[in-house]
Amino acid sequence: MDWGAIFSNAAVELISPTTAAYALAALGLAVHFGYTGLLNFGQAGFMALGAYGYAISILTFGFPVWGAFLVGVGASVIFALILGIPTLRLRADYLAIVTIAAAEIVRLLFTTNSFASVTGSANGLSGYKNEFAALNPLAAGSYGFGPFENNAYDTWLRIVAWSIVILAALFVWQIMRSPWGRVIKGIREDEDAVRALGKNVYAYKMQSLVLGGVFGTIAGMIFALPRAVVPSNYQTTLTFFIYAILLLGGAATVLGPIVGSMIFWVLLSFFSGFVSRAVEAGWFPFMTGVQGSQLRFILVGVAIMLIVIFRPQGIFGNKKELAFVR
Amino acid sequence: MSANTVPVIPTGPTGKPIKTIDLHIGEAEPGCQKRDPILVVDGVRRTFGGLTAVDVDHVEVPRGAITALIGPNGAGKTTLFNLLTGFDKPDAGKWTFDGRPIAGVPAYRVARLGQIRTFQLTKALGLLTVMDNMLLGAKGQTGENLFRALLPFLWRKQEVENKAKALDLLTRFKLDTKKDDYAASLSGGQRKLLEMARALMSDPTLVMLDEPMAGVNPALTQSLLDHILNLKSQGMTVLFVEHDMHMVRHIADWVIVMAEGKVVAEGDPHEVMKNPAVIDAYLGQHHDEDIGEDPEAEVVHVSAIKELLDDER
Repeated sequence: MDWGAIFSNAAVELISPTTAAYALAALGLAVHFGYTGLLNFGQAGFMALGAYGYAISILTFGFPVWGAFLVGVGASVIFALILGIPTLRLRADYLAIVTIAAAEIVRLLFTTNSFASVTGSANGLSGYKNEFAALNPLAAGSYGFGPFENNAYDTWLRIVAWSIVILAALFVWQIMRSPWGRVIKGIREDEDAVRALGKNVYAYKMQSLVLGGVFGTIAGMIFALPRAVVPSNYQTTLTFFIYAILLLGGAATVLGPIVGSMIFWVLLSFFSGFVSRAVEAGWFPFMTGVQGSQLRFILVGVAIMLIVIFRPQGIFGNKKELAFVR
Repeated sequence: MSANTVPVIPTGPTGKPIKTIDLHIGEAEPGCQKRDPILVVDGVRRTFGGLTAVDVDHVEVPRGAITALIGPNGAGKTTLFNLLTGFDKPDAGKWTFDGRPIAGVPAYRVARLGQIRTFQLTKALGLLTVMDNMLLGAKGQTGENLFRALLPFLWRKQEVENKAKALDLLTRFKLDTKKDDYAASLSGGQRKLLEMARALMSDPTLVMLDEPMAGVNPALTQSLLDHILNLKSQGMTVLFVEHDMHMVRHIADWVIVMAEGKVVAEGDPHEVMKNPAVIDAYLGQHHDEDIGEDPEAEVVHVSAIKELLDDER
């Protein structure tokens, strides 16, 4: 059993761009669900819009990186408005139904063969990384140390991804301690009470939906940069993983989604490495390698259940809040 | 009124509250004209399927006084409240607040105009601190704009002023020691106080209280009554829905009685309870066949039933 390799592979995930992408998407959900109380089950749809918006802009229209970035953000703002205009006047559960369906519609539109020339259908898109790599100021070579050693492109990607996450976290931290954040948290507690105090609840909920959605979209771009854009990556399970990260870290916190994402990915990678090697070594004689690769999700599920049972407020959540759960 | 009702409502520090009188013009009848109305309601109707919950032809709420809206369960009092504050939309009708037509105006704009309401089931924002609850009540906050929220120097001064004002109000409502606790940790009565204090953060002209006494510990009742009387002495108009007749008699200057969606009587709190229409509303139209003719006896009967109901709560 090569424990060194298992741990070093797990450590790689600590600062991988995928972890950053999940952290940013979870931060968007924290704005939606943790602070505003909006049940957005369509974060995968926002991420897909970001990934496809970026890739299609570059591949089909030859946009520069900033142009492609703006296209993705614009698409998600429009998506949020389309979702929000009919549903935000209704009770919270309606938004959950509409968002989960809308995210599936987005994914299926990207999968359908009718748009294969633009979207690549089920095979997805690739070959959009050169524009981003061209912006890399780092000289070719290797940076970092130990498990965190990467080539110039991967280091550049990590720097950009985590800078965006840190900026987004600072942004959320600042607005949530402002009077704006107070209104948002009030809406989570009881929107009628906030309305009775003269606040335009509908406008605030819309701002929150757009803001968290844009975070999800940027996360989708970061998620797409180390790999290809494949529609099957944007299924509802993606949304549920992000919810798991959010609850793990603490729903109404800024650091929670980020640390939650790190724990989630480190655990996933650790169990993946451990199970596959354990199956090879014959520790689980009843199991094939394929079954073993599924076992990691079961183990991650158990780990998350344990955290939620023994620390239900999440890692950074305020224990006092749970004393008053209705 | 029978003598045994007196100890239930202890008199305030200044003895009996001073009533505002001479509010109406002409006879005290349903829809009668007021000398200085703040709220004028015309032909408001709201149906739920086949049920007409509210059907008010005309009613005026006098300015600078405490008006009680009473009536049996299902009379449409809360529905009328919801309509007047923009939380519900009527099938027909219009109304003016301070001379300004506000039918169809959304709830948050109604609140900004100075007509603030509270709710029958208290809506304290549980996982916000008491202080945050109060600050949420302040009007015209610069930092409530998403972009300006990013620049604290734009709103810090206003925030400090609002905090001072909130602390002042909390001290008056004896909640200042709780200011950093979650509102969810307050008792039912304290939440009512908090909701009222929060409403005052915006300096309203008309305060609409939906059953301010419901579910409040009797020990807090007197303090709540004094706070309501204080609103009047500070120049605010109060309109409240209440079931507790003792309280209505004690603090209301004017009483509007609703039954089956209509205004059936109006008048001075002591006179209106003698009105046959009110007795009909509370006891049913055919009560007199068995009970007898003496209206005084019936009033006693009404209060007896009310007290029974109060005891049950």
